Amino acid sequence: MSDEKLPVVKADEGHGAVEVAEPIADPGIEPHEYRITDIDPKAADRVERQVSAMFTLAGVLALGSCVAYFAIPRDSVFEFGPLSGNANNMAIGLCIGLALFLIGAGAIQWAKKLMVDEEISEDRHPAHSSPEQIQDITEAFKQGAAESGFGRRTLIRRGLFTGLGLLGLPAVVLLRDLGPLPGRTLYHTIWAKGIRVVNDVTARPIKPADMIVGQLVNAIPANLPPLQEESAVEYQNARAKAAVIVVRIRPTEIRTKPGRENWGIDGILCYSKICTHVGCPISLYEQTTHHVLCPCHQSTFDLADSAKVVFGPAARPLPQLPLAVDSEGYLVAQSDFTEPVGPSFFERG
Amino acid sequence: MSDKEFPAPVKYLDDRLGIGKIGRKNLRKVFPDHWSFMLGEIALYSFIILLLTGTFLTFWFKPSMAEVEYQGSYSLLKGLHMSEAYASTLDISFDVRGGLLMRQIHHWAAVLFIAAMMVHLLRIFFTGAFRKPRELNWVIGFTMLFLGIIEGFIGYGLPDDLLSGTGLRITQGMIQASPVIGTYMNFFIFGGEFPGDDMVPRFFIVHVLLIPGIILLLVSVHLFLVVYHKHTQYAGPGRTNNNVVGYPLWPVYTAKAGGFFFVVFGITALMGALMQINPVWLYGPYNPAEVTAGSQPDWYMGWLEGSVRIMPGFESHFWGITLSWNLIIPALLIPPAFVTLVALYPFIEAWITGDKREHHLLDRPRNMPTRTGIGVAFMTFYGLLWIGGGNDLIATHFGVSLNNVTWFLRFAVFLGPVLAFWVTRRIAISLQRADNDRLLHGLETGVIVRSPEGAYSEKHTPVGGYEAYTLTARDRLLPLDIGPETDDNGVRAPRRALNKLRAKLSGFYFADAVQKPTREELEEAQAHGHDADEIHELTETETYREVTSDRS
Repeated sequence: MSDEKLPVVKADEGHGAVEVAEPIADPGIEPHEYRITDIDPKAADRVERQVSAMFTLAGVLALGSCVAYFAIPRDSVFEFGPLSGNANNMAIGLCIGLALFLIGAGAIQWAKKLMVDEEISEDRHPAHSSPEQIQDITEAFKQGAAESGFGRRTLIRRGLFTGLGLLGLPAVVLLRDLGPLPGRTLYHTIWAKGIRVVNDVTARPIKPADMIVGQLVNAIPANLPPLQEESAVEYQNARAKAAVIVVRIRPTEIRTKPGRENWGIDGILCYSKICTHVGCPISLYEQTTHHVLCPCHQSTFDLADSAKVVFGPAARPLPQLPLAVDSEGYLVAQSDFTEPVGPSFFERG
Repeated sequence: MSDKEFPAPVKYLDDRLGIGKIGRKNLRKVFPDHWSFMLGEIALYSFIILLLTGTFLTFWFKPSMAEVEYQGSYSLLKGLHMSEAYASTLDISFDVRGGLLMRQIHHWAAVLFIAAMMVHLLRIFFTGAFRKPRELNWVIGFTMLFLGIIEGFIGYGLPDDLLSGTGLRITQGMIQASPVIGTYMNFFIFGGEFPGDDMVPRFFIVHVLLIPGIILLLVSVHLFLVVYHKHTQYAGPGRTNNNVVGYPLWPVYTAKAGGFFFVVFGITALMGALMQINPVWLYGPYNPAEVTAGSQPDWYMGWLEGSVRIMPGFESHFWGITLSWNLIIPALLIPPAFVTLVALYPFIEAWITGDKREHHLLDRPRNMPTRTGIGVAFMTFYGLLWIGGGNDLIATHFGVSLNNVTWFLRFAVFLGPVLAFWVTRRIAISLQRADNDRLLHGLETGVIVRSPEGAYSEKHTPVGGYEAYTLTARDRLLPLDIGPETDDNGVRAPRRALNKLRAKLSGFYFADAVQKPTREELEEAQAHGHDADEIHELTETETYREVTSDRS
């Protein structure tokens, strides 16, 4: 830094620049250069024809868009090389787009080629008010303030501030019914003891023997599909928490967490599908490493190791659902998840 | 009819509104001409296009999450259960003629709106147009950019397709991570648990009324202030801090700016006709248990997405609470800090330079090396985060490891801006030196002269008067001096520590800046050019065209 080499300016001078004589005097605005259209009437007429042609063509295209609207069936398809799409849509859009463009291009051509192009100069004035104005306004304000007695009558002033201030409260309180309080809703899903694990497309229950090693199935609780008939919202909300993935891994490759020894069935493990980062459904499974990756932010979880995070922004493993087999041999849940599923929240602990 | 009276319809209005007085002041208002002044215009025009096409869309869009069975003409989704919002978006796309066109123009215009605002902001930044008296207009403009981004994101969430639902889910997860109030905010915004059935109708009214209303108000104030302050201009012959040189509003800018609106509208319409954007029918209805690999938000959300993606997974658990640093830092702290710094930049710079004058002449970026460096550092930070938002696509497209891309960015977001700052500042300073060289030593003519002694030298010719003036039409900028520690009476100056910091920053700000030559230096250089780069007026045979033909 060679700042000490520079001359300095005093802070109270109020600016960081010094006024030294300009090295070169302002020569004034450059002389105006005439355009071909200023000199040659033929050139000017040619531009006039161009501009008028653009405007007229715009009108024709505007009509064309109306013709296209009625004449082209709405389901016809246009295909030409890489360009393909709904023909009706394209024709209307092309006509309107070109018409608009031509109006604009015509106007700009007119301005650039035919309108007088001599630059003119206008003086600026400082943004602030003049001293007389400042004096007048200050006096008027003081007079009004004195006439109101606002400064003197403190009771009125305090009352006004209190009243206005408290009016902010209803503005907030009235919004209370925007939503219910969270309560314990985030801690539970519709999984419960004995609820069957069913395929999320076919809704068929799953037997351990149906799954081969390396397979991953997207699943939901058996009590989810009936909810759809009752209430679409309840169904979506329940699905947002209850979606799971069931995976079968060679038992020798699994590193079981203490306390979870009986949560799997012959290497079949069940985890929440909802990412613990911001709640996207994790969906990319790599069989050889038993990693799943969330496509939203690339958090990667190792399903063979209690779904612990191996990479990415997520901080917690995917919650695991303890599995059992019911009397008919289908996979069921031993209980609900033992911790809240999905993204973290403050009260979670 | 004489010129002393308006024609009847104008007179009618003038008698009631006094429009003559407004027109007298503004009809011949001068605006300077430069391509970079049209960036804000693009933003304004795309906003108007958004209002027009958006209104069209509301005639058919149903902002409801009630479940319906789709029976429209897109056969692949026929019979599927979906929200009314999604079904009506499909209807607009397939069953309303011109509907898809309007949807696509609307989306393209939204993308353009934010891009134009951002480039406009960069132009204002790098040319110093935010300086007094325009600091507040900078803040207004910045607020519009901020609101525009929220507006765009909410609009993207309305069709309730799989992609938009995923975006909202991510937002919900971020809100939920806020300390203390996160869970409650979440339940109040979404009307309970995610997704619920309130988000589309609520976001709809915010999208079509609340935010556009505020933007409309801010646009009006923004433009009023442009008229009041008069437009800034680049330095040049005859262009001073006390005037504005250009063409009058009536007729030149009426035609140019009015015409440009049609050009912008025409181009967005052509894009809507020919270029597909957000084909929601391919994504399917939102389902909280599904997501598409390679999901990407609209471009302006990319940097936020990247900020969240490259953050390592830190979380604290203590006293029964959870603090998700993996979201608090990248989503709740860094973006607000970044935007606050940008919004307050004019005030920060004015404090550091101590400059309290009005500025109407624009800076060339090279003449403010530190500011330019800061600007490029910010752009680098933003750009690296943006790259982070597509780390998966970069990994798959370039065949590199996703983990390596992420790890690289974790360091690059800190080192990159510092490096960019330093390089940019050095380049700017070098360009300043080149300008001074041009002034002091003139142009290289390419004419080699052999002297009687046998020495070879290249002839230099002085730069033209107009260009020379333009190159010198800038301030001599000096660091702030805060005066002595104590005054003449031995009393310590107030707020000494703060002022010392200020002087230090100011010294840094102007460090190595090259001052323009003084009159004496210029005269001396022209009088005593040494052999190697002697300045000559060209002789008759060496025409200007001849010596510059290799340049043009």
